[in-house]
Amino acid sequence: MAYILLRHRDIPDIKNIEVYKQNGGFDGLKKAITTMQPAQVIDEVKASGLRGRGGAGFPTGVKWSFLPNTLWPHYVVANADESEPGTFKDREIMEGNPYQFLEGLAIACYAVGAKVGYAYLRGEFWQIADQLDQCIAEMEKAGVLGDNLFGTETSLRLYTHLGAGAYICGEETALLESLEGYRGQPRVRPPFPAVAGLYARPTVVNNVETLTNVPLIVDKGAAWHKTLGTEKSPGVKIFSLSGNVEKPGNYELPLGTPFRELIFTHGGGVPGGHKVKAIMPAGASSSIIRVDDTVADKVFDTAMDYESVPPLGSMLGSASVIIVDDTVSMDWLINKTVHFFKHESCGKCTPCRDGTYWMQHIIERIRENDDPTADVKLLKMVASQINGKCLCALGDFSTMAVSSAIERFPEDFQVKIKA
Amino acid sequence: MAKIVNMKIDGITISVPEGTTVVDAAKKAGIDIPVFCYHPKMAPVGMCRQCLVELGRPMIDRATNQPVLEADGTPKIQFMPKLETACTNTASEGLVILTQTAKVKAAQKEVLELLLTSHPLDCPICDKGGECPLQNLTMEHGPDKSRFLFDEKQRSEKHVPLGDLIFLDRERCIQCARCIRFQDDIAGEPVLGFYDRGRRTDIVTFSDPGFDSVFSGNTTDICPVGALTTADFRFGARPWELKNAASVCSQCAVGCNITFNVRREAKTGGGYVIKRVLPRQNEQVNEIWMCDKGRFAGYHYAESGARLTISDAAEYDSTLARAAEALNAAQLDAVILAGGRLSNEDLFNLKQLAAGLGAQTYLYTGMGGGDYTAAYGLSEGSNLGDLGKGDTILVVASDLYNEAPVWHLRVKAAAKRGATVIVATGRATKLDEFAKSVIRYAYGAEIETVKGLAANEAVTNAANLVVFFGSDGLGLKGTSALAAACAELVKPRAGKVNNGLVGVWSTPNAQGAWELGFRPSSDLVAALKGKTVYVVAADPAGDDPQLADALKAATTVIAQDVLETATTKLASIVLPAATYTEREGTFTSAERRVQRFNPAVPAKPGTKADYAIFAAIAKKCGIMLEGRSPLLVMNNLAPREAAFANVTYAKLAEVGEQWPVVGRGDMYYGGTSYENTQGLGVHLTLSSVAPAAVATDNGFPNGELVAVPVTKLYDQGNTVRPAKLLDSHIGAASVTVHPSTGAKIGVENGGQPFDKAQGKALLSLNGVEAEVTVKFDETIPPNVILVYRSFGIPISEPTVATLTVAEKAGH
Repeated sequence: MAYILLRHRDIPDIKNIEVYKQNGGFDGLKKAITTMQPAQVIDEVKASGLRGRGGAGFPTGVKWSFLPNTLWPHYVVANADESEPGTFKDREIMEGNPYQFLEGLAIACYAVGAKVGYAYLRGEFWQIADQLDQCIAEMEKAGVLGDNLFGTETSLRLYTHLGAGAYICGEETALLESLEGYRGQPRVRPPFPAVAGLYARPTVVNNVETLTNVPLIVDKGAAWHKTLGTEKSPGVKIFSLSGNVEKPGNYELPLGTPFRELIFTHGGGVPGGHKVKAIMPAGASSSIIRVDDTVADKVFDTAMDYESVPPLGSMLGSASVIIVDDTVSMDWLINKTVHFFKHESCGKCTPCRDGTYWMQHIIERIRENDDPTADVKLLKMVASQINGKCLCALGDFSTMAVSSAIERFPEDFQVKIKA
Repeated sequence: MAKIVNMKIDGITISVPEGTTVVDAAKKAGIDIPVFCYHPKMAPVGMCRQCLVELGRPMIDRATNQPVLEADGTPKIQFMPKLETACTNTASEGLVILTQTAKVKAAQKEVLELLLTSHPLDCPICDKGGECPLQNLTMEHGPDKSRFLFDEKQRSEKHVPLGDLIFLDRERCIQCARCIRFQDDIAGEPVLGFYDRGRRTDIVTFSDPGFDSVFSGNTTDICPVGALTTADFRFGARPWELKNAASVCSQCAVGCNITFNVRREAKTGGGYVIKRVLPRQNEQVNEIWMCDKGRFAGYHYAESGARLTISDAAEYDSTLARAAEALNAAQLDAVILAGGRLSNEDLFNLKQLAAGLGAQTYLYTGMGGGDYTAAYGLSEGSNLGDLGKGDTILVVASDLYNEAPVWHLRVKAAAKRGATVIVATGRATKLDEFAKSVIRYAYGAEIETVKGLAANEAVTNAANLVVFFGSDGLGLKGTSALAAACAELVKPRAGKVNNGLVGVWSTPNAQGAWELGFRPSSDLVAALKGKTVYVVAADPAGDDPQLADALKAATTVIAQDVLETATTKLASIVLPAATYTEREGTFTSAERRVQRFNPAVPAKPGTKADYAIFAAIAKKCGIMLEGRSPLLVMNNLAPREAAFANVTYAKLAEVGEQWPVVGRGDMYYGGTSYENTQGLGVHLTLSSVAPAAVATDNGFPNGELVAVPVTKLYDQGNTVRPAKLLDSHIGAASVTVHPSTGAKIGVENGGQPFDKAQGKALLSLNGVEAEVTVKFDETIPPNVILVYRSFGIPISEPTVATLTVAEKAGH
C-alpha cells in the first residue's frame, strides 16, 4: 500500500516542491480555498474521524469547531516539539515530506479563519526549521502561501519558531507561552486555547502528524479516510518502534493493527531470542503493559487504536512503542524515566518539581539496596502524591511508568538475594 | 458590578460576586484554605497546589438544559474527578466546595511534605521564623515527620544579594513566584524572573543594578518563606521579640500607613529601638504596600549622630526662655518659618503662638497651590482605588515614581482597571508606560498645556477626574500658577467624591499646613532680613546661600529641628525637637486624609515634641496653649478650623472592614503587612473659601540654558542620607541634559539616554559652582538642565545657569 504520511519513502524527492506538486501537492489546499467554505473544511475533517496524533486522540474537526467567531484573529499552531522519549515520527515527516505537513497547516488555518500559522519546533530541530523556512519561501514563490491565494481573498502566512530545549513546551499551553516569548510553563485551564490561546486569541494547536493527514482528507474526502483504520480510530498512524527489537523505526500502519504485526512482522521481533517482557505503547510516559506467557497472546493480538489499548491498562498515546525484553529489570527502566521527568519538570507545580527530585533519589536507593522494600513502598506513595495534583499532565506522566512497574512487576522490586 | 452568586463551602452558603476566587470566597466565609502562591492582590497562577479542594457543580441535563435533581429536590452535584485548585476556580451559582474531607486533608499534607523536601528547615536561624506561612501552614496542615532523607536535600546558595537591599536564600525559596508577579503586575518593574527549571529553578534579577525597583521591600512581605529578606532587618531580630507601633510614613505626602517594629536592646540601655518598618493596611491610601524609601530611609535619621539634644532640663528650659524672650521682644517683627514635616497639632499651636505675638508666619515650601487643593482637593470618601473605566487621572509636572511612589502604583493600577491616565511632563517618566496619552511639553509651557486640556474629551467627559500636579521643573511661582490652572479643570466637579486636585508635596503635612492657613512668602529673602526669625522644621540656610545670607542678616535666629542643619548652625538659639517616631500627632496627606501616628520609641533624651515646645514658649510669653498631648491640641483645633470640623482622635481611630484580610493569623494569605486596627483616618471637609488669585506668570526665565529643579526619590536630604543602606542609590550630585547640550560642551554619555554618566562638568547657578556628573536624556529640550533638589545645589526656581567642562586641576 502506498504511504499516506511517509510518502517520501515512495517518492524520495517529494521535498522538492515541483515533485510534491506533480504528486498532487497543494490540491487539497487549492480545493479547500477555491471550492469550500471554511466550515465545510471543518465538517469534512470532522466526518473523516481524524483524531489528534499527539497523544490525546481528540477529534480534530471538533477541536477546530470550538473556536468562537466572536474574537479575532485566530491562530493555528503546529506542535512540532516532539520530545517524548521513544517518539520520532514528526521529525521524519518534516524531514522527508515537509510540504504535506505545511499544506496541512495551511488548510487548518483556512478552516478556522487564521491568517497566520506557526510551526513550533523543539530547539534541537533547528536544521528542520531551516528546511521548513526554505519550504515556506518556496510555497510563497509558488503562490500557495501569501496574499490572494488562488485568486481569492484568502491570505495566509506560515512561520517557524524554535523552542529552547524543554520537554514541557510540547504541552500546548506551555508551547503557547514559549511562542509568545515567555518562559515555557503550562497555563491554567480553562480558558482553553480554543478560547484564549496564542496572545489570548482563539487558537488551534495540532500535532504535526495530525496536520499531515489533512491535505489528503480534503483532497480525497472523508469517506476515503474512513476506509483506513478502524471505525472509531480511522486512518493510518505512524508507530515509532524502539527498544529491544531487531528493526526499530517508524512504521506507518492503519490504526487497529495488532501489536504482533508491528513487533514481529515489521520490527523483526526481539533480538537474541529473548522474550517481550513489557510494552510501553506511548513512550516514557506510558503505563507499562506486562507481557508474560499468560497474557502474551492477548496483548500481541490487541489492536493498536485509541479504544483497544486502555483495557490493557495503558494508552496508545503518540504510539511510541517501546519494547522491553526479559533482560531488563523494571527498576532500571523506571530509573531512566524518572531521571528524564526530573530533568524536564518545568518547576511550576510543587508535586512535579519536588516529587520527581524525590523519586529520583528513592529509585537510586532502590537500585543500590539489597532490601528496597520500604523505599518501594515510599516510591509508590510519592508517585501517588504527584499523580492528579499538577496543573498539566506531565506531572502525571512522571508517575505512570513508576506506578505501573511497581504494581505489575513486583518481582523486580524485591529483596535481592546474593549469590 | 458582577452578578452575585450563591455557593456552598463546607456546608456554609455564601453569596459573593461571580468570579470571586474560591480562596477569597472561603476567606469571606471565615474558612482558611492554605495557599502559598496565591495572593489576593495578584492574579492566580495555580502553581503551589496547596489549595486543592473538592469542587462540585450542579449537574445539568444536556437534553433539557435543566439541573438534575436529587430525590429530595436539591440539585445533584457532580464533583470533579480530581482535586481542584481553589485559587484558580471561581465562584459560580450552585458551586459546592469541600475543604475538610479526608481526600483534601491528605492532599494538603502531601503537598506540604513535598514542599518541605526542598526546604532547608533552618527555621531557628531564619528571619521569617515566627511569622512564616510555611511554618504556620506546616503546623496546621503538614506532616510532623518527613519521609525525605535530609542528606539528599539539594543545597543552594544562602546569601544571594539580588540588589543591595534584598537578599535571596535560594534554599528557602519555594518557587511561588509571588515576588516575580509583584514586580511584573503591581510594581510594573519586571526585574525578577525564574532561571532554569524543575528543582533547579532559581529567582534571578536581570536588571543592572540588581533588583532595580523602588518597591522591592514589598516582596519580602509577601514572600511566604524566608527566601527574601531585607538588608535592613535580616539577622536583626526575631519577629516574636517585636512590639509594634502604628504610624504614618513621613517621607512624602502620600501618608502610607506603616508599623514600626521595636524591641528593647542593651545597646540603648534597655531602651526601645526601631528594628524595621512594615506597611499597615489602608486600602484607601497605600493598600498593603510601601516604597523602599519609606521602608529603608524611613526612620534612620532619628538614630543619627546629628540629632540635636539639650540633655540638661534646666538648660533646655533656659533655652526656651531665651527663645520666648527674643520672640516677645520682636512681637510684630518676629517671622516664623514652618516646614511641612510638622504635625497638624504642632502647626496649630504655632499658629496660636504667632497670633498671640502678632508674628508673621510663612510655610517653608518650594511648591505652592495649597489653597487650591484646600478648596478643590479630594473630597470625603474619595479613594484612588475606586477609579477605573470611565475615569481620568491627569498627572501634570510630576514624576510620581520619584515624588510619591505609592501613587505611581495606585495610578498605574487605576490604568489597569481602565482609567484614562494622561501624563503631562517635560521629560519621560516611568508612568508614561501606563498612560493612555503622554504630553511632552517644553519646560515653561506647563500652564498653556493645562489650559489646552480644558477641552480634552478625556477630561471633560470623565466620570471622575483626579488631577495631580507636582513641581517637576517648577518653583513656587510656577506651581502656584499651575495649581490655579489645574483647579479650573476640577472646579466643575468640586465636592464630588473621587474628584479633585492633589498637590504632590514633598513633606508629609504640607497639605495640613495649607489647610491651617500657613502660606509661603513670595520673597523670603526680603521677608527674613532684619527680623527675629523662628525657623521650625526647615533648613533654608542649607537649601539656598541667599537665604543663609538673609538669616545672617536677621536680628535673631531661633531654630527648632531634630537634626543639626546649616540653619541650626547659624542660629543663636537652637531647640531640639523629637522626631515623629518618638511622639504622637497627625499628618494630613495630600489626599486630605488626616491620619494619626503613634510613638514607636520614647523621645530621645534632651528633645521635646514640637507642639510642646510651642506651648512652653507661649507660656513664657503669657499665651496659654495646650501642650500636654496632641489629642488635647486637636480638641482645640477641630472647632476652630473649619476643614477639621469632623476630626477627633476617636474618629481617627475608627476602622472598617478591609479587603483583603491581612495581618492577624493570615500571614499565609496577604503577607506580613499589618492589619489596621488603629484607624483609617478622616478626610478633611473642603474649604468654602475661594483661593486668592495668583499671578499666571510661571517664573520661567529666558536664557540659553535654564536649570530647572526636579526630584529624585533618593536624595541627599537630611532624613534620607543617614540611611547608609541607600548610599549607592543616592549617588553623587548630577544633572541631566539633552545629548546635544552635552555634545556642545564636550561631555559624553555614550550617546544613549539614561546611560551611566561618564562626564563631569561644572554647573554654575545662583552664584554657586558645583562639580556635577552629567547624564543625558533625549526626552528633554536642549535648553534645560535638570538639577535634582536636595543634592547640595541651590535650586528652588527655574534659573539661568551655565554648564562647562570642569577643570581637572585642583581635584
